[in-house]
Amino acid sequence: MKFTLKVWRQNNAQDAGRFETYSLSDVENDMSFLEMMDVLNQQLIKEKKDPVAFDHDCREGICGMCSMVINGHPHGHVKATTTCQLHMRSFKDGDTIVIEPWRAKAFPVIKDLAVDRSAFDNIIQAGGYVSVNTGSAPDANAVPVPQDLAEKAMDAAECIGCGACVAACKNSSAMLFLSAKVSHLALLPQGKPEHKKRVISMVKAHDEAGFGSCTNTGACEAYCPKGISITNIARLNREYLTAALASEEAV
Amino acid sequence: MTSIHQPQKMKLDAKIPAGPLEEKWSNYRSKGKLVSPANKRRLDVIVVGSGLAGAAAAATLGELGYNVKCFCFQDSPRRAHSIAAQGGINAAKNYQNDGDSIYRLFYDTIKGGDYRSREANVYRLAEASVQIIDQCVAQGVPFAREYGGLLANRSFGGVQVSRTFYARGQTGQQLLLGAYSALSRQIAAGSVKMYNRHEMLDVVVIDSKARGIIARNLVTGELERHGAHAVLLCTGGYGNVFFLSTNAMGSNVTAAWKAHRKGALFANPCFTQIHPTCIPVTSGYQSKLTLMSESLRNDGRVWVPKKKEDRLKPPHLIPEEDRDYYLERMYPAFGNLVPRDIASRAAKVVCDEGRGVVKSGYAVYLDFSDAIKRLGKATIAARYGNLFEMYQRITDDNPYETPMKIFPAVHYTMGGLWVDYDLMTNIPGLYALGEANFSDHGANRLGASALMQGLADGYFVIPVTIAQYLADEIRTPRIDTNHPAFKQAEDQVKGDLNKLLSIKGNKSVDDYHMALGKIMWDKCGMARNAQGLKQARKEIQALRKEFWENVYVPGTANEFNPELEKAGRLADYFELGELMVIDALTREESCGGHFREEYTEDGEAKRDDANFLFVSAWEFTGTGNDPVLHKEELVYENVKPSTRSYK
Amino acid sequence: MSNPIAANPYSLKWLGHFFGSSVGRKLIMSLTGLFLCLFLLVHMSGNLQLLKGDGGRAFNEYAYFMTHFAPIKIVSYVTYFLILLHAIDGIALALKNRQARPSKYAVNPTGATWASRNMTILGIVILLFLVVHLKNFWFAYKFGTMPMVTYDGKEYKDLYSIVKEAFSQWWYVAFYLISLVALCFHLLHGFQSAFRTLGLEHKKYTPIISIIGWVFSIGVILGFALQPVAMFLGL
Repeated sequence: MKFTLKVWRQNNAQDAGRFETYSLSDVENDMSFLEMMDVLNQQLIKEKKDPVAFDHDCREGICGMCSMVINGHPHGHVKATTTCQLHMRSFKDGDTIVIEPWRAKAFPVIKDLAVDRSAFDNIIQAGGYVSVNTGSAPDANAVPVPQDLAEKAMDAAECIGCGACVAACKNSSAMLFLSAKVSHLALLPQGKPEHKKRVISMVKAHDEAGFGSCTNTGACEAYCPKGISITNIARLNREYLTAALASEEAV
Repeated sequence: MTSIHQPQKMKLDAKIPAGPLEEKWSNYRSKGKLVSPANKRRLDVIVVGSGLAGAAAAATLGELGYNVKCFCFQDSPRRAHSIAAQGGINAAKNYQNDGDSIYRLFYDTIKGGDYRSREANVYRLAEASVQIIDQCVAQGVPFAREYGGLLANRSFGGVQVSRTFYARGQTGQQLLLGAYSALSRQIAAGSVKMYNRHEMLDVVVIDSKARGIIARNLVTGELERHGAHAVLLCTGGYGNVFFLSTNAMGSNVTAAWKAHRKGALFANPCFTQIHPTCIPVTSGYQSKLTLMSESLRNDGRVWVPKKKEDRLKPPHLIPEEDRDYYLERMYPAFGNLVPRDIASRAAKVVCDEGRGVVKSGYAVYLDFSDAIKRLGKATIAARYGNLFEMYQRITDDNPYETPMKIFPAVHYTMGGLWVDYDLMTNIPGLYALGEANFSDHGANRLGASALMQGLADGYFVIPVTIAQYLADEIRTPRIDTNHPAFKQAEDQVKGDLNKLLSIKGNKSVDDYHMALGKIMWDKCGMARNAQGLKQARKEIQALRKEFWENVYVPGTANEFNPELEKAGRLADYFELGELMVIDALTREESCGGHFREEYTEDGEAKRDDANFLFVSAWEFTGTGNDPVLHKEELVYENVKPSTRSYK
Repeated sequence: MSNPIAANPYSLKWLGHFFGSSVGRKLIMSLTGLFLCLFLLVHMSGNLQLLKGDGGRAFNEYAYFMTHFAPIKIVSYVTYFLILLHAIDGIALALKNRQARPSKYAVNPTGATWASRNMTILGIVILLFLVVHLKNFWFAYKFGTMPMVTYDGKEYKDLYSIVKEAFSQWWYVAFYLISLVALCFHLLHGFQSAFRTLGLEHKKYTPIISIIGWVFSIGVILGFALQPVAMFLGL
């Protein structure tokens, strides 16, 4: 297969950035998108040019490191797939493919297609945990958790923190990411004691990071590689409104 | 490179506490030294790596009041490769009332490790397993549950009890996110300072104690000096020496190897685990192998055509009588459920006979058609639906209609830095946790045990054992990073990076990595022999020489430069690869993941307890030089080594 | 964090924090939006008086009632205020959200309905419509010179004739209809979205809200569209 690639190149966060066009032949059907990028980089290295920087690690769809907007689709056009699990057979021979980084103020570009997602870590640090020190836990079966709640919590906990929701949202809002963590912990009895403080503090961290607000378009859900549901955002709103308005928790 | 070491005169002391097996750890905890809260604040600990072991250790040490710095090369600690573990985590909870106990988990792990692990360490691991589950549930890890709301278990890895806890097929992810959340809490509390996108490039040793590290900020390229009273390496395994493995692209041996170069012994490097059910290599550009859960072998039948000429025929055109269900034929008692190492080697045997079912010759069928006939498509879909979907996504084949193609792949490395009972290497103050050490899995790791070990080391072992060392360090002031040892280490790192950049040769890092991987896989993979290993050592040395003369690394050292990162890691893999080959050559027996073709009985692995009941701990003496072997004799006081048989 | 030494525990600062938060800001949009939906319903039923075929008497009497009955007057001023609040907060949020992506995509991600992605544009069209609409009818009625009409010896401003004249011009009807289409799309997303913002989502009830949303959005718009079309066609 042959492709024309229009790839975003940007030296660092200060650089304005531009597209560069490369043509690539000898792409095989069974290659993953990132393997296709490897081939491009091998070609660039052979030509003594600067290879394209992009984030990737596990290449099996679970670490959340890969991040590319491909023809306007975060992680590509195939539903519920990360870039590393996208295969070239889902493109047509001869296609032109436009490859861009996640674009958001809160995700500054480090180089080319690699962006800085520390803002996500900051949101988790604001309260995405249960305050329990090692060794202090009661027996694991001491508190039964209804199976449906455990399943719902797991649905939300599957978030891989890749940031596709932010990339897809027209407001660069991270509400799906934030709500997945808030939901996961709010649904479980273990997360209940501090759920009010948690949601208020995590929303604050979200806003301070420079993410936009949610307008319920659902683009996040459509592009989430793990199928995290926008229902979690409703739950987040509910949690936040009750914590902020109906409790004495500081806002 | 570094100065050549004088071989150390050392007697390896594992410092195993005295007393009966069941009381060793509790006695140790009760009688060991403590560090007062006021002193903890004055003690700095560096944790390299943020996977299960690293994140758990950093979080727990932070909770205890130590000053912790944690480093990871990824953009967030949440991405460490522990996240990819699918199956589950073992714990001797006996919630199923099926006769499980701490002793039984201990016994299974020792036996599964083919009697090459330490009894005391493994028993402690089994004890900690119970607390791990409690801790994870309290953190909010959403383990699978029964309708009554209590935790569900499944059996895994061929053991006879159901002791595996799981969170869908993403147990590793959920456990890591639990540890990451605990770590995040400590970062917010200020007790842990996190350094993302930082790679440790050397350990600094002052007066024979580990006193800090040199780390490279991967975004700016800046080299940083970090001092500490103790350094913990929680940096995972080295499967990527094979280029293709189920490891993440960034998984590397560099931290452990730099420690090895500074005098830390490397133990049992040749013990690698090859997982039998991975998706085969399809293209020359393939970067990564994907694991399919071994639970598939519960219902799938493994076969290849009897005749070589049938190998590329569509499988449905090959009649039943022309199929060789070789696992059922060779191992009638266990059939398709033989352990990982045996299933892997059998696949290699039939493929080497020229009966592999893809063009390259390296794949066998895993066929569900009988199971679908017997149980119905719906049942199979309920059991393996998500795996089938994942398989189809990657290969474009529908496993409901055509057999899966699978082949073994490198998955886990049992070997690692030599550590004593305290998880301390032979360099005082330098620790290794999780997959980075060697201690718990012997020559072969059982399924669902890697997660258990990472968390046990991080949450429950190191917080106790590190106090034994740090209690004597309370008078040591903050480490001065202007000490000449820091400068020397930094200069060394700078020199190595500049050297890599200055070669400006004609081949890429990946070209060399693929070539090294091929040597390792062909000659130090599923089956090894003396001739091949000797040949491999020569080839590795030649390739390494060529690498240092002809590699091309673009860019500079002062920027985000992934190619430079890869080059540095590969340089260490060359040296490790050679050590693995030497270790494999020296270990003249077959045990666990190490199969020597010369040491077999009726075609099966033949372990030699009379001559090889020891840990091989290697000392570095300079690149290309013969390393020095130190032996730690393994003493079995509670379990009598026996031969595994699956016929 | 509550600090016993610092300040008064009964401070009102939280209000600023709450309404400054992204969720708080959306709460304003949601509540004002739902109130304006109610207003639409009332307005539409008023408009239906135009179709009675009584020469506009019912409508003119209705207009008189709406402008002279004190409680209704208060409600109407509240409505004006909420319209402004909805518009200003909406535009402010849109501007803030734009800042969250300083570097634009060459190819924009979609993955969501057209309406949901264009709420601001739709809102601005509706706002423009309101300006024209209020100038023509409301402003004229309140402050302009109006033709008068007498029913049962009582004088009324003849708003009906103004409306009738306006809707005899095709371009005015077209402008009106285009604005209604914009309103329809705005409601199709906004109605359901308001409930999600309030956190009201439920496996059993959300599908009902969704149906009500569709029926409401299309019904209200049909109701509003009926009279200009009918008047234009002289039905």
